[in-house]
Amino acid sequence: MAVVKLNRPNLGPGEKIYLLALAKGFFITMTHAVKSLLGKSMGAKELKSSGMGVTMQYPEQTWDDQLPAYYRGAPALVTDEQGRERCVSCQLCEFICPPKAIRIVPGEIPADDPWAKVEKRPAEFDIDMIRCIYCGMCEEVCPEQAIFLRKDYVITGLSRAEMVHDKKKLYEIGGVRTGLVNKWNEVK
Amino acid sequence: MDYLTLAITLAKIIFLTFCVVLLLVPVSVYFERRFCAVIQDRVGPNRTGVPLTLFGFKKDCSVLGIGGITQPIADGIKLFLKEDFTPNYVRKAFYWLAPAITLAPSLITACVIPFGSEVSAFGRTERLVIADLDVGPLFVFAIASLSVYGITLAGWSSNSKYSFMGGVRSTAQMISYEISLGLALIPVLLYFGDLNLSRIVEEQSRHGWLLMPLWGHDAAHPLLPKLLFWFPAAVAFLIFTVSIFAETNRMPFDFPECETELVGGYHTEYSSMKFAMFFMGEYAAMVIGSAMIVTVFLGGWSLPFGMDEWVRNLNIGGVGIGGLVHLVVFVAKLVAFILFFILVRWTVPRFRYDQLMKLGWVVFFEAALINVFLAALVVAAPQLGTTIVGIGAVLLIAVTASLIWAARVSDPKTPPLRA
Repeated sequence: MAVVKLNRPNLGPGEKIYLLALAKGFFITMTHAVKSLLGKSMGAKELKSSGMGVTMQYPEQTWDDQLPAYYRGAPALVTDEQGRERCVSCQLCEFICPPKAIRIVPGEIPADDPWAKVEKRPAEFDIDMIRCIYCGMCEEVCPEQAIFLRKDYVITGLSRAEMVHDKKKLYEIGGVRTGLVNKWNEVK
Repeated sequence: MDYLTLAITLAKIIFLTFCVVLLLVPVSVYFERRFCAVIQDRVGPNRTGVPLTLFGFKKDCSVLGIGGITQPIADGIKLFLKEDFTPNYVRKAFYWLAPAITLAPSLITACVIPFGSEVSAFGRTERLVIADLDVGPLFVFAIASLSVYGITLAGWSSNSKYSFMGGVRSTAQMISYEISLGLALIPVLLYFGDLNLSRIVEEQSRHGWLLMPLWGHDAAHPLLPKLLFWFPAAVAFLIFTVSIFAETNRMPFDFPECETELVGGYHTEYSSMKFAMFFMGEYAAMVIGSAMIVTVFLGGWSLPFGMDEWVRNLNIGGVGIGGLVHLVVFVAKLVAFILFFILVRWTVPRFRYDQLMKLGWVVFFEAALINVFLAALVVAAPQLGTTIVGIGAVLLIAVTASLIWAARVSDPKTPPLRA
């Protein structure tokens, strides 16, 4: 089946005159107009319409509770149940990050720290949210389950400096995450 | 001409051109955006208000309690403040001239449109028309067809392929549809025996609108010929309306700026206020086009069923305000027709270019010609004998049939398939 030959449809006289088709078209568009004015457009309820068309009025209404579990929003660092920073500053995310948005300065964990055997944690961890493309590769590559893409999507700022999330901000967004693999804990 | 007449004319020019026609431009832009949004199940601009917080007030306010009404003003300010970029490779003189040539004709044509009946005050009676010319429709055609120069010059002087194609297309299209535009109007002029738009409207106000001849019958204007003339009038209305669509480059015929094929068409290279002038020119042409249709076919400023006599005698403190009421009626009809323009734009998909040319030259040109003869027959029938009318009708049917046959035969049987 190399060549598909298409024939033009045979139009009846009514279709050739075109006026009836026009009237039908006006009817369809006017139906849409009236329905969306009344807030009864198709799918208005499922899409949580604001009462006009199927549109949600964004800042007042949001779709947050409908976001799927796999939604990729802002990347953030997490701590675990013991309050330990999961990140061991291996810098894999920094290397894989396609737009080079991540910058990590590794730091040593002092010997008197209960988690001294982990050896390293980030001294600085910056994600430039202007550069970030929300691809989720950092989450995928992380061997320590330390960085996750959260559901936050309203990342705004008045300057470039404000748009860089530092370590403190990243932990603030990430918070505590439970149920992760705790390979650094003592074997009991 | 004394100074008072001059002052009144100047006042009429300023009021009717700048406060009615140019005011209708942002109104139609607003309606365009809201109406198309509603058709597409969206909301459209609904938040723009007056930013009172900029001037130290506590809250922003929205006009009439509906957000978004000031959106066209915001658009205008945006366009005004944008960088006015002139590319290096354009022909500067024509590039600068083109937007003005596009906008000016639509504003000039406003001068023969009768916006209302008379306003009388201090013993003077003034018609609400800037220049009460005896060649109204001819003047409109003569001036309106000048706007094609603006578009063509814009396309050529921009020195870019897309702009040039847009300009060429618009020239071909406007010239093609000008013919059927003029021919479609001839039956109407035959019927009224007059080229003065004010008098045409006056006549319709007394004896029924051209498309609704239901009142004002007397010995000189019996019902039957009026009803008989309804058919040629309806055909003329159809051809005239579609030609106006083509003439103003509105949607089913917006080839000069067809985005999918020509980027932005003739105004690809324009920015800021120069682009805004093209935009304004397009909408002003739409306003004037609908004004023409309303004036000629839908009774202009008149109210149906002889309510005009009552309106005419309205006056407050010795000032006859009937004309202003009629102005409001006219603007209401105009806005209704603009809404129809917008509905068509968002309903009918764009034609193919050869279909447009075929529609113009093969269908509308012939139909308008036949319609002229049909209208002449209907108008002359009371004076002629039955035999002559019968012969005329048979001849007309024969000519129509042969034209349709010729159009069918000349049509290629299997149109070439495009990949």
